[in-house]
Amino acid sequence: MRHDNFSIFPAKVSNCATALLFLLILSVPVLAQDWIRTGTGLGVEKVRIAAADFQPANADAKNAGLQKSFNETLFNDLENAGIFDLVSKSFYPLPAPARPADVKFDAWSSTPANASMLAFGSLGATGDRISVQAWLYDVKNVASPQVLGKQYDDDATPQAARSIAHKFANEIIFRLGGGIPGVAESTIYFVSDRTGHKEIWAMDYDGANQRAITHLGTISLSPRISPDGSRLAFSSITKSSWEILMYSVELGRMISFPRFGGTNLSPSWSADGTKLALSSSRAGLPNIFVVDASGANPKRLTSGKGPDVSPSWNRKTSDQIAFVSGRSGLPQIYTMEADGTNLQRVTEQGYAVSPNWSPNGQFLTFSWMRKYGPGQPGANDLYLMDITSKQFVQLTHDGGRNDYPFWSPDGRHIVFQSSRSGSEQIWTMLADGTKVKQLTTSGHNTQPNWSWK
Amino acid sequence: MKHLKIKWTTLILVLFAILMLGACHKKVAPPPPPPPPPAVAPTASITANPATVDKGQSITLTWQTTNATDVSIDFIGSVDANGSKSVTPDQSTTYRLVAHGAGGTQDATTRVTVNAPPASAVSPVAVDNSTEEDLFGRQIKDLYFDYDKADIRTDAQSAIQADVQFLNQHPNVRFTVEGHCDERGSTEYNLALGTNRAEAVKNALVQAGINASRIKTLSYGKEKPFCTEATENCWQQNRVGHFVYEK
Repeated sequence: MRHDNFSIFPAKVSNCATALLFLLILSVPVLAQDWIRTGTGLGVEKVRIAAADFQPANADAKNAGLQKSFNETLFNDLENAGIFDLVSKSFYPLPAPARPADVKFDAWSSTPANASMLAFGSLGATGDRISVQAWLYDVKNVASPQVLGKQYDDDATPQAARSIAHKFANEIIFRLGGGIPGVAESTIYFVSDRTGHKEIWAMDYDGANQRAITHLGTISLSPRISPDGSRLAFSSITKSSWEILMYSVELGRMISFPRFGGTNLSPSWSADGTKLALSSSRAGLPNIFVVDASGANPKRLTSGKGPDVSPSWNRKTSDQIAFVSGRSGLPQIYTMEADGTNLQRVTEQGYAVSPNWSPNGQFLTFSWMRKYGPGQPGANDLYLMDITSKQFVQLTHDGGRNDYPFWSPDGRHIVFQSSRSGSEQIWTMLADGTKVKQLTTSGHNTQPNWSWK
Repeated sequence: MKHLKIKWTTLILVLFAILMLGACHKKVAPPPPPPPPPAVAPTASITANPATVDKGQSITLTWQTTNATDVSIDFIGSVDANGSKSVTPDQSTTYRLVAHGAGGTQDATTRVTVNAPPASAVSPVAVDNSTEEDLFGRQIKDLYFDYDKADIRTDAQSAIQADVQFLNQHPNVRFTVEGHCDERGSTEYNLALGTNRAEAVKNALVQAGINASRIKTLSYGKEKPFCTEATENCWQQNRVGHFVYEK
């Protein structure tokens, strides 16, 4: 709204307003000092790493474009990983090394670069193939510096260069990040209306390669990829009901799944991929059911008028399910054993929805309007709760409606939807709420789901 | 010393802000650019006399337009720029006058209310050649809900009675009750809540004797709003059990 007003103002007033806005912005960081930081692996000192631009290995004309894709991707992957202190490129000694003999250990390990680790190497196209030589050096260990030495060979396309950079980044993250695989090759599924209908889409974890999966022309929601990445379950409206539909990522087409009738929503895979929890009104009103991955053997876990929806399995143990229920009024989050026993209410107030269990089984993240009700225009933010102690922290502080948080496979990131930019878009952040990054801009994009690997 | 500096910086920033604020006020109104010579926009007005009649009685529509090259009235067609006409509407009707001209399009509407004759006086089937679907659309009343609730409201009883009466008079009508929600809250939860609303409407009708096999339910959650403004008035329109005739 405010921007619309500016545009009709004479230019001088607009400049003046911008100056005032700038003054306001100056004062904001002071207010933002007292956030609480939490998450896995915090407090551990971050490895200071430099990623020198990979150098051309030969004079092939394709190298410049491939180099750009590769270098941007590698740097971003290390930056996104959340476990490194990445040295700013302006501190890098020149020239960038293309091979081990070029590395000037002192220059990299002393100020201003002050790096512990250095990623470097070369790439060159020959015909329609690209070859990449990549090293990771411990530059403070001159006697035995090599941590990784890798060679990659693929098609000479920017896409393949990106893919190689993701692979090398994942090697580095795995080696330096406590043996936890990186997420650089993971996929985020989501709902987008950019074709005019809500369809299921996919993109790389960094927002690249956004592509439509379904073309059903109806309303499709709540995509959930199976743990092995082979099948995508989602909910779609048919002529007379909401049904769970199944798409085979391997075959690139829909595969059969039984129609239950009524309203069937929010599928969620168990960690071993053998079961789906979902909300179904097949018995009358929406309750939580568990079915086999084939859709067979439906078993009802909750009863009553609910409505019960949005189940999420404990991803570590598969023996608990969190879900949302309106049984007591405004929706709250509950947990139960995977057989429906031992029901526990998790949230005590407000409007709490969209629980998602962390890969280590320790945390639930969810969307919460904590102070909600008449006269309480509560903010709609994401929270992280330690499931044993029920201690919680607020993860988002930047306004907008924030919903559908979903953990990355390494437990270091959370993808979510937010309206903070003016429309619903997909964002990622580290699990402590920092490094917030927008992934989508076109149309409305909602209900993100991060692949399991 | 350090304190003093911060105070000076603050003072300078505040003074700067005041100056800029002052500047803002002074520079608000430069003379507007001269407008291009416009084509004169058409004007239009229409009245009905009387505005309320019993069924079968006629009314007179009177209209005036200026600067229009093409004038028409819904249900009547092309008409002169100014004029009047006698009409006998079967039902309450909104007559819309549209005036096109070089300067744009202007429309005006007038609503005529037609009171139905007492039911005892004449059989409605005899004079009304509307289809069952038309009657369904006109006579069936949607049921509205409170925020985050799927309970039938006490003020919905008269609507339910009207619906049950219509459905009993038209025993072959089948229909879907769509459960809708306002835009607040989560997509998934609202779809589940919409299911409860549709089922609550169905239950109320079944309790009143309507055969359950005539009624389908479908939730739209907040996926298909009737109204898209962020106001309570609009939200209320979207918290509804909406009846759809099954062809």
